[in-house]
Amino acid sequence: MALAMDLVRSSEPDPINGYRSFELGEFKLTRDAYFATVDWPAKGQRHIHKLPIDYFLRAMMRDVAWGFFYGWVNFDHIFGTKNLYGTVEMYAGRYNEAYHLAGLSYVETFDEPVIMATFKAILADWVNAGFDPFAAPEETSTSVFGPKNGNNFEAIERTRLNTQRMPGVAGDSPLRDEAAYPINRHFLDVPQDDPVVRAEPGFEDQLSAFNLFKYLSRSDVTWNPSVTGVCKASLACPTTEEFILPVFHGNDRVEWFIQLSDHIVWDVQDKETGRPRAMITMRAGDVAAMPADIRHQGYSPKRSMLYVWENATPGLPDRYESGELPVYPVEF
Amino acid sequence: MAMRTIFGSLEDHTQGDAEIISGSVKHYVFSNMFAVAAKSAPYEKVVVAKNLEYVMEAIRAEGTSPWFACSHDEFVIDMDGDVTIEFVKLNEPNAVAPRDREGTVAVSGEPAGRRMGTIELKRGHQALLPAGAAYRFTAARPGVLLMQTILGPLSVQKWADICMHPQTEGVLA
Ligand SMILES: [Fe+2]
Repeated sequence: MALAMDLVRSSEPDPINGYRSFELGEFKLTRDAYFATVDWPAKGQRHIHKLPIDYFLRAMMRDVAWGFFYGWVNFDHIFGTKNLYGTVEMYAGRYNEAYHLAGLSYVETFDEPVIMATFKAILADWVNAGFDPFAAPEETSTSVFGPKNGNNFEAIERTRLNTQRMPGVAGDSPLRDEAAYPINRHFLDVPQDDPVVRAEPGFEDQLSAFNLFKYLSRSDVTWNPSVTGVCKASLACPTTEEFILPVFHGNDRVEWFIQLSDHIVWDVQDKETGRPRAMITMRAGDVAAMPADIRHQGYSPKRSMLYVWENATPGLPDRYESGELPVYPVEF
Repeated sequence: MAMRTIFGSLEDHTQGDAEIISGSVKHYVFSNMFAVAAKSAPYEKVVVAKNLEYVMEAIRAEGTSPWFACSHDEFVIDMDGDVTIEFVKLNEPNAVAPRDREGTVAVSGEPAGRRMGTIELKRGHQALLPAGAAYRFTAARPGVLLMQTILGPLSVQKWADICMHPQTEGVLA
């Protein structure tokens, strides 16, 4: 990582607003009081795109926390990353039909450690004290706006649990400590009882159960899945959602959503062009596939529990891209 | 103002809806696990999500189930009702659920092995169904389990019966 950190290209702090700007290949990223600006070369000139800074930082936080996730993380309709697992593509306009057809899109590929180190350096410099990019807007400060004002390393460096089978199983990741993780204000009515496990002598380490809804009710982050069940390459990744998924996630494989509580509206678009495909409202108990050829963004008016279900089998992106696997998971 | 968290149940669930701009609602394989379990036989393992060989099954818990076993870990979430799970450590796990076979298998007769204990689940609780153990469920009143496993001989696929069609109420196309 020391080596990758050395490859981060940043300016001195801006004399007026105090923020550094960053370069990745031919991309340049700057921020001011309200906006992140991305600029890139195409057709012999520089093009710019602006995103509201709170929105940009929430998106970048997810991209970093998810390790660039599966496939595409579209910060918005112009800018984003595509995970090639080892390297990462950064693009502007590539998955926007109008920009791409006009020849104004630009893509550059970086070694994962270099883009990761740069994104982390951007978060460290651009996230002000008091602003938590993982929190719902109502839970955090508007200190994200304005000139540079301190930092919030604690919020941006949360450690990710590495679960082998299930949280709480002997030797596996821990359950959420009740004192450190209070019940979220939207989940105060979620029962906090624990399952009753009566193990015969000698089997104490083999029987295991936990209250998943309690676990989720105490999550201090939004739109940030964590693994709670590992069945070979099948990963249960539930998460709590409030406000808006700060990215349009483009699938490089099929994924599934199971709505555990409340409801989320999904805006589904074509992965390549961004053309609208569907608005899907999912309520408690609903199960829906997200096909391998779409991008989606969710809206959750109340904090809700969403069970995201992933298939981490290696090599899937190529099998979908080549047409070997159908983009829709079930024919009926 | 206090927020109310809405969970679903066999008795009380409302499926969402789909506004289709292009393509078909069938692409989203859109069902509701409570609506599925409301029409299922006790312990019928109805596949509601499938990603290649991996599945999520909605299971109606009612009365006492047969004994099951599996060569790999499975996980079950209690989505409605109270369910007790009994576990037996199989003397010969490979004879009951061979390592090269995936998914839940039925145990014929009583499982041979030592009693491991029981787990009592209420809504929202998740249990590990560890590889090499036989297990069975008991529910005094009908409930719903969501199981994370792999497609197996007991998995039931009836997608056309459970999923939204272009003609289904709630589809705005
Ligand atoms: Fe996604």
